[in-house]
Amino acid sequence: MKTVLKQLTEAFGPSGYETEVTELIRTMIEEHVDEIKTDVLGNLIAVKKGAEDGRTIMFAAHTDEIGLVVTHIDDKGFLRFSNVGGVSISTLVGNRVRFASGAVGAIYQEKGSWKELTLDKLYIDIGAESKEEALEKVKVGEFGIFHREFVDLGNRLIAKAMDDRVGCAILIEALKRIEDPNNTLCFVFTAQEEVGLRGARTAAYGIEPDLGIALDVTLTGDMPEARRMDVSLGKGAAIKVKDSSLIVHPKVKELLVNIAEENNIPYQMEVLEFGGTDAGAIHLTKAGIPSGTISIPTRYVHSPSEMVDIRDIKACTDLVVALADQDLSGI
Amino acid sequence: MLLARLTEANGAPGQEGDVRDLIRAEVEPHVHEIRTDALGNLIAVKNPDAPGPRVMLAAHMDEVALMIVGIESNGFLKFRPIGGVDPRVLVAKSVLVGAKKIPGVIGSKPIHLQRPPERERAFSIQELLIDIGAKNKEEAEGLVKLGEIAYFTTKYEEFGTGKVKAKALDDRVGCALAIRLLQEEVSFPLIAAFTVQEEVGLRGAGVATYQIKPDLALVLEGTTASDVPGTDEHKHATTVGAGPCITVMDRVSIPHPPLVQELFAIAEAEGIKVQVRRNTAGGTDAGQIQLSEEGVKVATIAVPCRYIHSPASVMSKHDFEGAYQLVKSYLTRLQEREASK
Amino acid sequence: MEIKQVLRNLSEASGVSGHEHNLVSTIQDSCPWADEIACDKLGNLIMLKRGSGPEPRPKVMLAGHMDEIGLIITKIEKDGFLRFGTIGGFDQRVLLAQEVLVHGKEPLTGVIGAKPPHIQAPGEQSKAVKMEDLFIDVGFDSQDEAAKLVRVGDLVTLKRDVVDLQGSFLAGKSFDDRAGVAAILECFKALDGLSHTADVYGVATVQEEVGLRGAITSTYGIVPDIGIAIDVGFGDSPGLPESDTIKLGKGPGIAIGPHVHPKVHARMLETAKEWNIGYSLDPSPYPGGTDTYAIQVARAGVATILLSIPLRYMHTPIETIDYADVKQTGRLMALFIAGLDQEFVEGLTCF
Repeated sequence: MKTVLKQLTEAFGPSGYETEVTELIRTMIEEHVDEIKTDVLGNLIAVKKGAEDGRTIMFAAHTDEIGLVVTHIDDKGFLRFSNVGGVSISTLVGNRVRFASGAVGAIYQEKGSWKELTLDKLYIDIGAESKEEALEKVKVGEFGIFHREFVDLGNRLIAKAMDDRVGCAILIEALKRIEDPNNTLCFVFTAQEEVGLRGARTAAYGIEPDLGIALDVTLTGDMPEARRMDVSLGKGAAIKVKDSSLIVHPKVKELLVNIAEENNIPYQMEVLEFGGTDAGAIHLTKAGIPSGTISIPTRYVHSPSEMVDIRDIKACTDLVVALADQDLSGI
Repeated sequence: MLLARLTEANGAPGQEGDVRDLIRAEVEPHVHEIRTDALGNLIAVKNPDAPGPRVMLAAHMDEVALMIVGIESNGFLKFRPIGGVDPRVLVAKSVLVGAKKIPGVIGSKPIHLQRPPERERAFSIQELLIDIGAKNKEEAEGLVKLGEIAYFTTKYEEFGTGKVKAKALDDRVGCALAIRLLQEEVSFPLIAAFTVQEEVGLRGAGVATYQIKPDLALVLEGTTASDVPGTDEHKHATTVGAGPCITVMDRVSIPHPPLVQELFAIAEAEGIKVQVRRNTAGGTDAGQIQLSEEGVKVATIAVPCRYIHSPASVMSKHDFEGAYQLVKSYLTRLQEREASK
Repeated sequence: MEIKQVLRNLSEASGVSGHEHNLVSTIQDSCPWADEIACDKLGNLIMLKRGSGPEPRPKVMLAGHMDEIGLIITKIEKDGFLRFGTIGGFDQRVLLAQEVLVHGKEPLTGVIGAKPPHIQAPGEQSKAVKMEDLFIDVGFDSQDEAAKLVRVGDLVTLKRDVVDLQGSFLAGKSFDDRAGVAAILECFKALDGLSHTADVYGVATVQEEVGLRGAITSTYGIVPDIGIAIDVGFGDSPGLPESDTIKLGKGPGIAIGPHVHPKVHARMLETAKEWNIGYSLDPSPYPGGTDTYAIQVARAGVATILLSIPLRYMHTPIETIDYADVKQTGRLMALFIAGLDQEFVEGLTCF
């Protein structure tokens, strides 16, 4: 698991440009699934066929990560940029950015106070001494990501893009563990979640599952003077009740709780007051699809140092594996 | 001149009738099918049943304007913007109101009666009223109905070095481009969607796409340019005169990267000057089109316009011509590729 | 049962967005005029009343949302007090000192409390309370006691019986938009005495308050020719300008704006005038906030209109309406539907 997570979190995949991640995942899972394909938006869709009388479950974890896009290169070779997805300014100054070409730069700010800092007062220095030199490495309109390595702290792990490569890793592990499922399982590694749940929407339209489940990170409230939230790192899989994109179908929520109880899988209930996941897009597809989310408690979400706990990852994986064979006729 | 007639026609979101009639008359001779739908989108199709990729061109017909929401006892008209309008651009402009095109002006308190600090504050929309010269509520009610629209009266004019001044360049430039492009001879299905209600949330494009079921879509737009005094170069977004711009990301879409790359390559091969849209704010119909059903490949090509969503915007004829050449070259190459199959 | 009584029962029942199932049987049992009644996957309640005559018949969808805004438990404090967040848009200033029902393992009575005035700093009373400082007191002394019956994610509704004001005015919670659902029932009842060719789908939609979600999926399933959303609109109240409100007791507001099909609008006005039904013209340049918005853009597009029942004090537990407006809204829709034919529907795509 840790090896897979290191590979996944260190890969390059800002929203819209997820190919490196999807190709990596493809090599990991190809031999374990019955069908595999990519679609127009860049979703990777892998199918494990179930029995005739089974239903279809769509599991979604997104491959894209937040990042930056270059909007201007000045005469001295400094870059200006805009955000791709929900990037917080407080995580940027002094941080490093990497482009598809491998070029790396440092982010810093114009003079002025922290309070008045806006994105257009920041710039990227890629070490170029002129516009021409900069243009050899990076073009206007190119996307970049945080440049940061994976760190293993034992039970706890830090990396950029844990959101949502940890969800991808869970699905990869689960699909390897599941053999001959009763339900048909569509594992969708979705594109463009961070910019508006876009990949999940078109994928769900094509699959039209009976049940949609997103695997994604959620926030925690167990840090010093944190915002009030009753989810903690290491206390198990978080079963979502609601966020801004979704109110989990009561029967789906109960199903997940019952599975966790029956299989002694540690879990906690999650009420997230902002944010959304792919399940928000899935449940509004066509005439409606009952959906839920299994969340991985994560500290410092959308920073270059997102922290998760390996025990929560195991709990989430166990929950996915156990769900795969459930009788869904009650939903 | 086509663009002059297009920009001088009026079409608020949901009330695009005059623009639609004008476009219908222009494109009818060049297409095999033409129809409207329940929202008022105008869909013009060339080669409906031909083999090859279904290519959609999209341009929106609607423009930002002002809706009459109240008539005061003294006959003044209360209004609210329909679509995004900065109230500061409204004061002391002339307008035409409603089906009867009643002339009016947007009045404010005279400078003589204001205390100096008042002038440092922007007029709020509540303080601005349209004066049509009516003596009282009854007279005004006989001329204007609630829900009717007031439009700016700006005339199309060419000026300076190849520049154009007009209202509603966003997105009548796109409409003008699509009308011209429909005259191209191609063998594959080419479908132009002249969409409604873009300015109030990209409302027409999604339903049009659901009917058209395209393989790829090119969205033709007028987009914001801020290459003006007082703006740092890195905040210009686009530059008037530097060619049409290609979007890599905005608030609602990340256009299909391979399609975007192809457009840049064509521009380079054909010697068409293009620019990257250097801002990620704003949105176009591409956001709805891309997410229709199982997804559609999209790109947005836009003509830079200064002062959009105001009574008078400014663009360059060269950028307009460049946008036309770029899309035309794309269609020609697609045609060649299809022919060699 | 009188539909007015049905509305009273619906108002006093609980059905926070995503959890509307408690309301289904009340509505269902009050609609003997439907030929078929079913719930879809998201929980929308769909009542079909078939028209007469050969197919194709016009399909009309009526949408009123049955969900209400509510609260959700986010944390159980050490001393047994409950912290909460919101589902849908609440003005937190309205919440202080309200009685609530906590829907735990069993329904629990609670009171929303905050620091008493005696220990507040001078000047504090001029500031609004903050959402994060509010809590629910369910009378337990410890976290353990509370945790036996309540868990994070449980829902909370405000507790309020309907109050009969003067005339036919009613005050209570959740008239937004159960008054709309009542108007659909009134429409079905009136249609029973009329001849109509259109198939009518009355939908009590779910999850409107959190993003028009039920209307998105139910419209996809029904594929109507015409969609009529019935919601509540800002009634005339002190402090609100006349041009932003519609008057109670004068019939529904008939919207005009981008979300309204011009031909449907014209026909609705003609119907109102012909049958002498009062209405207010309701121009709205910002069409976003109601089910109309979702219905209009489903599939290949739907001709839509919005009718608004005037309501004061929106999103509080004392929402006030005139029941006469609900009746008139139902009657107007029924007469509009009775006048429809396939030719009118085919004309809706001709611009």
